[in-house]
Parts: sequence; C-alpha cells; structure tokens
Amino acid sequence: MITGALRQTGRLFALAAEVSRAVFRRPFQFREFIEQFWFVASVTILPAALVSIPFGAVIALQVGSLTQQLGAQSFTGGASVLAVIQQASPLIVALLIAGAGGSAICADLGSRKIREELDAMEVMGVSPVQRLVVPRVLATMAVAVLLNGMVSVVGTLGGYFFNIVLQGGTPGAYLSSFSALAQLPDLYISELKALIFGFIAGIVAAHRGLNPRGGPKGVGDAVNQSVVITFMLLFFVNMVLTGIYLQIVPPKGG
Amino acid sequence: MGIEVVVEGLTMSFGKQNIWQDVTLTLPAGEVSVMLGPSGTGKTVFLKSLIGLLKPQQGRVLINGVDMVGGAERDIYETRKLFGLMFQDGALFGSMTLFDNIAFPLREHTRKREPEIRRIVMERIELVGLLGAEGKLPGEISGGMRKRAGLARALVLDPQIVLCDEPDSGLDPVRTAYLSQLLIDLNARIDATMLIVTHNLDIAATVPDNMGMFFRRNLVTFGPREVLLTSDEPVVTQFLAGRREGPIGMSEEKDAALLAAELVDPANHRPSGPPVIVPQLEPSPGLPPRAAVARRRERVLGMLDSLPPAARAAIRDTYARGAAAPTPSVPRPGSGS
Ligand SMILES: Nc1ncnc2c1ncn2[C@@H]1O[C@H](COP(=O)(O)OP(=O)(O)OP(=O)(O)O)[C@@H](O)[C@H]1O
Ligand SMILES: [Mg+2]
Repeated sequence: MITGALRQTGRLFALAAEVSRAVFRRPFQFREFIEQFWFVASVTILPAALVSIPFGAVIALQVGSLTQQLGAQSFTGGASVLAVIQQASPLIVALLIAGAGGSAICADLGSRKIREELDAMEVMGVSPVQRLVVPRVLATMAVAVLLNGMVSVVGTLGGYFFNIVLQGGTPGAYLSSFSALAQLPDLYISELKALIFGFIAGIVAAHRGLNPRGGPKGVGDAVNQSVVITFMLLFFVNMVLTGIYLQIVPPKGG
Repeated sequence: MGIEVVVEGLTMSFGKQNIWQDVTLTLPAGEVSVMLGPSGTGKTVFLKSLIGLLKPQQGRVLINGVDMVGGAERDIYETRKLFGLMFQDGALFGSMTLFDNIAFPLREHTRKREPEIRRIVMERIELVGLLGAEGKLPGEISGGMRKRAGLARALVLDPQIVLCDEPDSGLDPVRTAYLSQLLIDLNARIDATMLIVTHNLDIAATVPDNMGMFFRRNLVTFGPREVLLTSDEPVVTQFLAGRREGPIGMSEEKDAALLAAELVDPANHRPSGPPVIVPQLEPSPGLPPRAAVARRRERVLGMLDSLPPAARAAIRDTYARGAAAPTPSVPRPGSGS
C-alpha cells in the first residue's frame, strides 16, 4: 500500500521530468497547443467568472465585518484584495482547471490509451509525451495564468462593489488602503502560484490518463482519481508556497 | 533488404501469470513467417515485445544489434522506425480521418510535400480497397475496414519489418484471399521481414515460408513451414485440422482426465491421410520475384539434416516441384524501399 503510493509518486515525478525535457524537443506541437489552450479556456472562463464574483463578495464582507469590529475599517480594501489575489484566485483557478480541463484531458488520454492509439504512436517512433502531453500541460499552465489575472480583477471588483454598496465603505478609503498594504510581489506570487498549479493539474491529469487500469471503467476511475489527487496536491503546495512567501517577502504594512 | 530478428530466451509474465517462457527463434531476413496459437496464448504480447512496447522479464530481441527489451530508449525509438505494426484492433487515431491516419507516419518521419503524400496515401488506400472512405473517421467505418486501414498505415513507410496481428479477423473469405496475395506482393516489392499472427488456416497454408506455434506457455515449434505442416505433434495437428479432439480445449488447457477419456474413445481415431502441402502463393504478375525465395532455399537445404524425416521429404518434394515450374532464376534485390 505504502510502497504502491511511493511508486506512483515516483512515476508522477518521472513524468514531470520527462515533460520538462520534452518541452524543448522540436518540432513543437503548436496546433495541438492552441487547440488545447482554446479548449481548456472555453470550459473554465465562464465558471471562473461566475464563481469569482460571489467569492470576492464573501471575502470582502467577511473582512469588512472583521475590520469594523477591530476598528480598522480603513484597511478593509487592502486586506480583502490581498486575500483574493493571493489565496482565493489561484485556488479557484486551479480547482476549475483541474475539475473542468484536467478531467477532460485525463479522459481523452485514457481512452486513447485503451484504444491502443498511444501504443500505435510509440510504435511509429513518435513520443506521446512530446506529442500530446507537453501541449496539454503548457495549455493548462497558460490558461491558469490568464484566468488568474481575470479572476483577480473580477474578484477585486466584486469585493469593491459589495464593500461600497452593502457595508457603506467609501471608495477613497478602499483605494488608499490598497496602496498601504498591497505591493507588486503579491501579484507576482499569485501568478506564480497559478502557473505551478496549472502545471500540477496538467501533469496529474496526464499521468492518470496514461496509466488507466483495465478497460473503460478504468478510465472513469482514472478521471476521478486525477481530480482528487490534484486537489490534495494543490492545497499542500499552496500551503508550502504561502509559507515561503510570507517568510521571504517583507509585508508592506508592518 | 529485410532485417533479421533474433529472439533469445524471452520470458514474459504479468505479475504471477506466466505468458510464455524461454522463447528462442530467428525470423530470417526478408522471409514471411506465421505464428499460430490458440486464443490467449500470448501472440499479441509476443508481437508487442518484439517492438519494445512490452518488456519481458528475461531474454533479448536483437535487431541490427539493438536489444528491444533492455536497450537504451533512444535506440529503441530509432529502431522502431524500421517497423510497421498492424494492431489487432487497428489502433487508428479516432480524431483523424483515414487519410490523415495513413498519412501520419509520412508527415512525421519524411519531408515529403503534401501532393506527394497525397499520391502515396491514395495509392495505399486503393491497395487495401478503401477508395472513397478516405474522408471518414475510424468510428464511421466497419471493423474490417478499420483493419485494412491499419494495414495501410503500417505499410506506408515501406517498413523493413512488418508485424501483422490477425490481419484476417473481421474480413470475409474473399478479402482474406486478396489480403494473402497483398502480403506476398508486399514481400516481393520491398523484401521486408514479415511476421503474421493469424488463426486463419488458408493464410497459414499458403503465405508463409516459416511457421511457429504457441501453446501452454511455450513456443511449440518454429521453423520452415513444412516442419509444422507435417508435424505429428497432437497440438499442431488438432489446430491445423480445427478439431475438438486433442489437447486444446475451450479454456486454454483441457482437463487431463477429459483428454484421457477422449483418447480411449474409438470415435476419435479417425484415419488421417498424409498431410497435403499446398504450394505457396506467387507474387502477382508484373512484380519482381521474391528475393527471399532463393535465400530460403539455400538456408532450408542447408539445415535439412536436422529436420524430421516427414519435413525433409516435404521440402525435397516442394523444391523438386518448384524446379519444374518456370521460376525466374535471377532474383532481383527488393526495389522500392
Ligand atoms: N497488459 C496486460 N496486463 C496483464 N495481462 C495481460 C496484458 N496483456 C495481455 N495479458 C494476458 O496475456 C495473455 C495473452 O494475451 P494475448 O493478447 O497475447 O493473447 P493472443 O494470443 O493474442 O490471443 P488472441 O488470439 O485471442 O488475440 C492473456 O491471458 C492476457 O490476459
Ligand atoms: Mg491477440
């Protein structure tokens, strides 16, 4: 059981290494990349936008109510924006990419595997990793970064709107607290997180898709596992990244 | 000219299940070989091991000095470009039309321009009788058509080693006869080393130079076709006759008790005359003679003393008959590749 888990982990890392190497191998599958990018973007943009407005609102309201009790209303804007950009946005993006994009990638690769298409490709001297997995992983990474930008903006606007309209905050205070607490590295770490989460979602989906057990039922199980494994990995990696960031980047307001 | 494939002491297991053990054989360069065996004896696994898709636990598969089992991944990838493998289920790319499927190896491995690719692909499509279906997706055609498209894709680069996994299953008898001719013509044209896995007794009787058979986790025999066709091994005779009586049962091995009961049952002792060996197919008119024929003749006559008497007689018979027939005496080396 434990050795099994370790072995799977090892294979996951091996695939990650193989993908990283294959990224630089020519010819780059540009068309496949565009198609996958478009596909992943199309299944994630709308849900991301719809989720980010209420999410931004919830955070703004919660933070607003807290700061009110603490008598620190002037920091509402900055605090809620930081929470949205640094934590909420990359996680929303990652969950959507894993749930909507990754599951489709996993199912696609898995069914190709059981139809022996991938074997056929290897037999013809073409590496399925270079040909299929690399464009997919790059696509999930690129979509994650773009989507993260979008969710950050929409979430911030949502928070702003609810704070001003529902909690009677003033636009001026909201904006000035922004510059008091937030700094550019907050945006960088957010995008970096999104990039890494996109990579993880792509790799896990590909790994599960390339190794389904048995027939079509195995593909269904693989999709299921890929989503669950990605979620667990994401929350863990998020914790590590957040810890490191808070250690090495000095907070601005302090 | 084809390439010799040398298999040494190959043993394969999936977990605790042993598939076959200690398989040793040589596919002579440019000759056509057929592998028989009841369903589930690991013929497909054997083909996949030859090409390095599955890795047997022991043994080697040597092609041009590259070990397809334990060699470096990079060498294996290079060596695979010499192969054409036709999968049992076609293994076509579901998202591509038949045309794109067949053009795939050309687009990947050659710098040919699109008009030239189109010419070659359409020629192959015509060869396997799929003209008019080239725009369809694999999901929109019949099983037999998928197999023929898989064959066309395997052959499009004029490979030096051709592996076919049950090319006939799903085809009607007429198409199977055409297919036999197609395989022989292909061999005449490009002198490729070929291994065909099949259950079809017509193909087995008319196409190969060499035959082998898997049974009970072993390679029962492999050698010139006369050896297997004249063999008195119960497994072989049962398989070639398609009888129920014999060691092969519905599940791979029969109960020993059942087998013993069958042996004493007088109804099962039907007289069987001496096996009749039908002549091998010749290439279609207009094609060069098969370069492998002369090589095989030399090879087989050289090993005659080591063969069982029945096989020896059959071989002498074949070549005596062959000498009388008007066979062109100067085989040209394979053209086209
Ligand atoms: N990937 C695999 N994992 C585990 N067992 C396998 C795998 N592939 C094949 N086997 C087992 O190996 C055995 C041989 O399978 P194989 O497909 O080679 O049979 P075959 O001789 O080609 O039969 P058929 O004539 O029906 O195609 C079967 O018992 C099968 O269960
Ligand atoms: Mg098979």
